[in-house]
Amino acid sequence: MHAIELDNVSKIYRRYSGRQFSTLKSALLQRSLMQNLRPNEMFPALTDVSFTVPKGATYGVIGKNGSGKSTALKLVAGITKPTTGTVRVDGRVSALIELGAGFHPEISGRENVFINGIMLGLTKREVQERFDEIVDFAELREFIDAPVKTYSSGMYMRLGFAVAIHVDPDVLLVDEVLAVGDEGFTHKCLDKFSEFRRRGRTILLVTHSLSLVERFCDDALWLDNGHAMTHGDPRRVVDAYLTNVEHSEAALLAATTARAVEGAKKKGRDGPEGQEGKDARQERRGTGQDGRDRRDGQDRRASQEPKRDGPAPVADMSQSVEGRWGSREVEIVDVSFVDRDGQPSFVFHSGDPLTVRVKVRAVQPTNDFVFGVGLFNAEGVCCYGTNTFLEDMTPERLDGDAEYTFAIDSLDLVEGTYKMDVAVHKLDGYPYDYHRLLYTFRVKSRTRDVGIYRPRHSWNFSRGIRFKQQ
Amino acid sequence: MFSNLKNLLRYRGLIQSLVARELKARYRGSVLGFFWSFINPLLLLSIYTFVFTVILPNQNKDAQPYALFMFCGILPWNWFASSLLEASTALVAGGNLIKKVLFPAEILPLVNVFANMVHFFLGLTILGAFVVGYRHWPDPAGLVWFPVAVLVQLVFTMALALFFAALTVHFRDVRDLLANVLMFWFFATPIIYPWLDPNVVRFKSLFNLNPFTHLVVSYQEILFFKGPVGHAKWLLALGAISIVMFLGAYWFFDRLRDSFAEAV
Repeated sequence: MHAIELDNVSKIYRRYSGRQFSTLKSALLQRSLMQNLRPNEMFPALTDVSFTVPKGATYGVIGKNGSGKSTALKLVAGITKPTTGTVRVDGRVSALIELGAGFHPEISGRENVFINGIMLGLTKREVQERFDEIVDFAELREFIDAPVKTYSSGMYMRLGFAVAIHVDPDVLLVDEVLAVGDEGFTHKCLDKFSEFRRRGRTILLVTHSLSLVERFCDDALWLDNGHAMTHGDPRRVVDAYLTNVEHSEAALLAATTARAVEGAKKKGRDGPEGQEGKDARQERRGTGQDGRDRRDGQDRRASQEPKRDGPAPVADMSQSVEGRWGSREVEIVDVSFVDRDGQPSFVFHSGDPLTVRVKVRAVQPTNDFVFGVGLFNAEGVCCYGTNTFLEDMTPERLDGDAEYTFAIDSLDLVEGTYKMDVAVHKLDGYPYDYHRLLYTFRVKSRTRDVGIYRPRHSWNFSRGIRFKQQ
Repeated sequence: MFSNLKNLLRYRGLIQSLVARELKARYRGSVLGFFWSFINPLLLLSIYTFVFTVILPNQNKDAQPYALFMFCGILPWNWFASSLLEASTALVAGGNLIKKVLFPAEILPLVNVFANMVHFFLGLTILGAFVVGYRHWPDPAGLVWFPVAVLVQLVFTMALALFFAALTVHFRDVRDLLANVLMFWFFATPIIYPWLDPNVVRFKSLFNLNPFTHLVVSYQEILFFKGPVGHAKWLLALGAISIVMFLGAYWFFDRLRDSFAEAV
């Protein structure tokens, strides 16, 4: 027995973009009334979506913003009609789409509870019977006779939620409303949902909270761009969705990086003046934290002696904006991030290996070169920086096209977006080609730990301390 | 369409409470509160009395006391005009409901019509007070027709309210247009001048085309003419037309219903 059944449902929103100026008058004048009433643009919000929710099941719908989740919910609620296909719902539906829709600000909470309840399909007597329960659930006993306009937004939402949930529907539609109220109220709502499930009611849940779907739902559906991508076991659907999110994030990061590189190239070409000024400022700076030639220009030559333990002027580094400068006697032709399987990627999981592959080209053979990398987080804090000089590699010869890799065995970083500097410069810091913050990648993690660096770690407990088995 | 109409009956409890809310909310926060429903027509009547008995006295002997005569037309007109003006924006103003709650949208304009009907009844008590004050007793035989006139006006107003409410969703300028049309309509209806004035009779066939003429004249005849109301057959004809109009308007509304949630 199915509580909700969608069969090949499509919903096309019509847009009347040519309508801005066509008021009734001009429509009549230009005799274009009928023409204007015809839509000129179609926007498919849902395409051929079919799913069934058995009675008593909790069904989760996930997907990006604009993927058609709310449209699906509205179709089930009967607020809009499908363009094609059929929607069947068995039993009384209550939709927690917008809480307190229809509250009148001027009249009291009590009266609004009655009107809202009747609007949602209760009779006056039914509201009367449930009134105390509703008010207690909303925790608004002392304010119930005050006009709703004096309520805080939390109170307003709580009252709306309380009314909607006490309609006692056979099918409850929930659209991302658990974000209302404080922690305590959220728990109360979840408890109420559990109670619903126990009583064999059907819940359709639209949410961005994937953990809620995994924890709560018997089944899940993933919508993308109005298409049903996959449905079934929540864990599997959530995983499929997360993988897809990573892919699109990677595409976005690839685009960001390409734009940054392109932008830097252009700037370098268009504004040599400004670039020179920048060179002058920047050329004293090597990659990473070497700090050895961050002295004044005069003693730059003199200080050939590397000062490896020099203080890392992180603040200084973080002020830098992305860009590219240098003489290009040695040029960085291409930079890519490579994952465990040797595939180029922009999204890595914490603890994964990451390899930076760099192609360089020397116009003339040289024996004065240092390769360096710097790793920054989104706030511009330098997480790590090093170069071949700091690691005691003495350059001997670089000629023509060449390639090097910088391999990180384990990316022990917390979740976030990171940017990378890649540079090649002379031993004294004179830049050949300096790519500042041009390369972006993302580190994902299921653990929501904080900071920057995640040391390899483990927890060990003596007897007397016990945790629940997950 | 007819199943929707039947559905509407199920929602009469909701219409009731929404009308009550509308009335309560209107005067919430004002000192005199509900008394404004009496004070407004009272002040209006005083002004008209002053203008048409002192400054521009109307001598038509069939229509005395003149203030009372005018009031017979102004009260139903106010009901009609305010209903249409409010109903025309009802769907746009209640957009939140239409988009978020499963809810028969036609309730919103109908609530405006009913709320204004309540104001009309409250205004009638003022009229009654003046009837007593002037000792101008209507013929009880005519009074029987009063509920009929009210019913006809109700159906007629609901028809237009539904029509304009649906139209305003797609053409927002209906509201402004309507305000002007109603102004013109007011003066084209024998409300502040008597229907039997020789100058009006000359254009009688034109006036007959105006449906509201028959309503107003019916109200006036109930209070001002002896015997059975002479205008009754016009009133009944208008009643029949109103029912057809209501069905037509409801059909129109029903056709556009699915576009409301997207267009408001």
